[in-house]
Amino acid sequence: MITNTIKSKLTNKKVFPRGVHPHDFKEQTRDRAIEAVPWPKEVVIPFQQHIGAPAQPTVKPRQEVKRGEVIGTAGGFVSAPVHASVDGKTGPLTTVLTPVGTRVSAVPVQTAEISQEQLEQDLKDFLQPQGPVKPADLIEPEAIVKAAAEAGLVGMGGATFPTHVKLKVSPERKIDTVVLNGSECEPYLTADDRLMREASGTVVRGLMLAMRAVGAPRGVIAIEDNKPEAIAAMRQAAAGYPSVEVAVCAAKYPMGGERQLIPAVLNRVIPTGGLPLDVGVVVVNVATSLALAHAVDRSRPAITRVLTLTGAVHRPGNYYVAIGTPLSHVIEHAGGLKDDAAEVILGGPMMGVTMPDLSTPVTKGTSGITVLTRDQVVRRQETACIRCGRCVDHCPLKLMPTKISQAVKHRDLELAKAYDLMACCECGCCSYVCPAGIPVVQYIKSGKAAEMRRRAREKAEAAKKA
Amino acid sequence: MSEAPTVTQENANAEQPQGPRSFLVSSAPHLASGTSTRCIMFQVVLGLVPLWLAALYFYRLDALILPLVTVAACLIAEAVANAMRGRDQRSLTDGSAIVTGLILAFSLPPDLNPYMAFIGGVVSIALAKAIFGGLGQNLFNPAMVGRAFLMICFPAAMGIWTEPVTLARIGDTAVDGVTMATPLGAAMDPSVLIPSLWDLFCGRVGGSLGETSALAVLIGGLFLVFRRVADWRPVLGMLATAFVYAAIAHRINPEFEGPMFHLFAGSMMFGAFFIATDYVGAPITPVGRILFGIGVGGLVMTIRLFGAYPEGVMFAILIMNALTPLIERWTVPTPFGGHVAAAG
Repeated sequence: MITNTIKSKLTNKKVFPRGVHPHDFKEQTRDRAIEAVPWPKEVVIPFQQHIGAPAQPTVKPRQEVKRGEVIGTAGGFVSAPVHASVDGKTGPLTTVLTPVGTRVSAVPVQTAEISQEQLEQDLKDFLQPQGPVKPADLIEPEAIVKAAAEAGLVGMGGATFPTHVKLKVSPERKIDTVVLNGSECEPYLTADDRLMREASGTVVRGLMLAMRAVGAPRGVIAIEDNKPEAIAAMRQAAAGYPSVEVAVCAAKYPMGGERQLIPAVLNRVIPTGGLPLDVGVVVVNVATSLALAHAVDRSRPAITRVLTLTGAVHRPGNYYVAIGTPLSHVIEHAGGLKDDAAEVILGGPMMGVTMPDLSTPVTKGTSGITVLTRDQVVRRQETACIRCGRCVDHCPLKLMPTKISQAVKHRDLELAKAYDLMACCECGCCSYVCPAGIPVVQYIKSGKAAEMRRRAREKAEAAKKA
Repeated sequence: MSEAPTVTQENANAEQPQGPRSFLVSSAPHLASGTSTRCIMFQVVLGLVPLWLAALYFYRLDALILPLVTVAACLIAEAVANAMRGRDQRSLTDGSAIVTGLILAFSLPPDLNPYMAFIGGVVSIALAKAIFGGLGQNLFNPAMVGRAFLMICFPAAMGIWTEPVTLARIGDTAVDGVTMATPLGAAMDPSVLIPSLWDLFCGRVGGSLGETSALAVLIGGLFLVFRRVADWRPVLGMLATAFVYAAIAHRINPEFEGPMFHLFAGSMMFGAFFIATDYVGAPITPVGRILFGIGVGGLVMTIRLFGAYPEGVMFAILIMNALTPLIERWTVPTPFGGHVAAAG
């Protein structure tokens, strides 16, 4: 923390200790303006695109639906409704594979025609909506939370936590700062970068609304220094708001993690097992902020999003896509895959999830599609740990990854827990730096899953006894 | 679209491009930094090159034969151990046996009989590494175990220090084998003249093959530190401790040599940059590595000043190797944000 403070003083850039510096590969798409993808013949809209209870379907097969119409209502408080993202006619309920790796129920919608002009106008309205808006201070916080809940907003950076839950802060909690997370530390991805450049005003509007909702007097826009245009655009957009400042962060992975971003920007450490709330902070992602502005000002639900399609595709870029559009359609629109494409990742290459085929639809949390080539795919022989300590030196949470992974490998969950297994944020820096090719974080993830199963089992047994 | 079960998914798709394409599935992260164990080991070898060049300059043919013999011995022992354990021979190419062989050779007297060096190499790998389970599993630094074995078996041969061929003597010393006291030996024996600091720094003094030139060690060692192959923590811990220890001892009793002498004499530099930085025998925790360096530095100076041996790097490393698990246990870092609360 001391060297950290000195470093950030010297360079005037916010930084957190440890972490890694992968090459960012952003040059492929950073200068590609956001482009609208035409509606596919059929979209498939999953009823679970968020953390929490799945939405309850409210449509019947062969029903005409309008874009923005509710087709699934929230299945609880920690849940989010789902809306039709296109005009069209529903098909029979089906299931799809989502990024979480589970099959969830979904509804296919045969889409109606949309003209290119309508599409472009829609994108324009999405990025820079016209028309007067109420000053954020004149809107009731409850109204903002309600609008977010009705619009089905979830964390669009990939975490997909329902936004209204995040914004509904109990009165005894004192939130003093909202951090707008524009760090986009994952290599390859540039969607947030483009949004901050092309929709800066709307993004700042969303931040103002989030600040109003949680009662925070201060807003900080955190952007990594590898996005100078976004920094300039956001500075300009925030110029009229004295309560909002732009914090330039060093480009370092995983800057965008809450546990790294908040220490870097505000010098506050989130206690292990705690939330940003515990240190008086709420973090919202750029895309979520934009969606919040739309939800409050125009009652527009989360039915479209911007994502980066990059890697081994013919026309990499940033695309504006209707939720439910199959990956195959987006990729086709971008000229198709290159011949050596071998791995399709939802999200970036550091934490993204691979998909076995392209039928998976784009969901609210799909921030990018990264396609890696056969040569890029890391397939390494696992060799013995040479105790080089690189994982320890790079773990942003100051854990001992190799110790945890070895304990998990030897099925000693207790030992793994003694090394703070459950504190791991799964950023993958350890696997990234390991010279022995050990899938360190993969072992840790399986250990965490085993511990969660054990807890569930214990709970079930306790319930049986009682 | 029925596929023969023997056809892999990928091949099937290559034949039927119109079918749904399938892709590799793996767990994140999907990128790697690109360093490998082999890459690290060969960088260590690269860091040892300046030492070897200095040795070739000072000891000529001996400096060529000895390292080749020990490296060969290590590789042979590794191959035999692999065969006995029913493993493939991949570990021969990871470079770890080569590094062990070189470190061992550079810590031996230049004039040592090659067959003794060979035995040392075999012991290093067989007794110190293979029986513990190979790479990454050994408790003690293999090269230091090999050297300790030789010290016990051949105490006389391990105490003969050849005079290096220096600029002044190139003309008149055609045959090598002129022996002399090492600087540390000289420091224990009042009748022998102590060499100048400059001679010590350059290496124009008696001593082990690769350790005599502090300059060469610094070049190779700093290369490793800047490449982040060697951790700076044990290096700094060891050298700073030795410096402070020697300075205090010198202040109390001026008969002890000063701190600069101790830094440049014997294997202090070599040990700090190339032996104390060995990953396997040292703690994995950042604080542990500093403590490890401090322990080595303190033990080296204690042995040098008060022990029967003129040099103590080998013993210091072995003792600290033994303490490593304990140090590691004591220095587990507190996670960022505190330990996980004891729940469920």
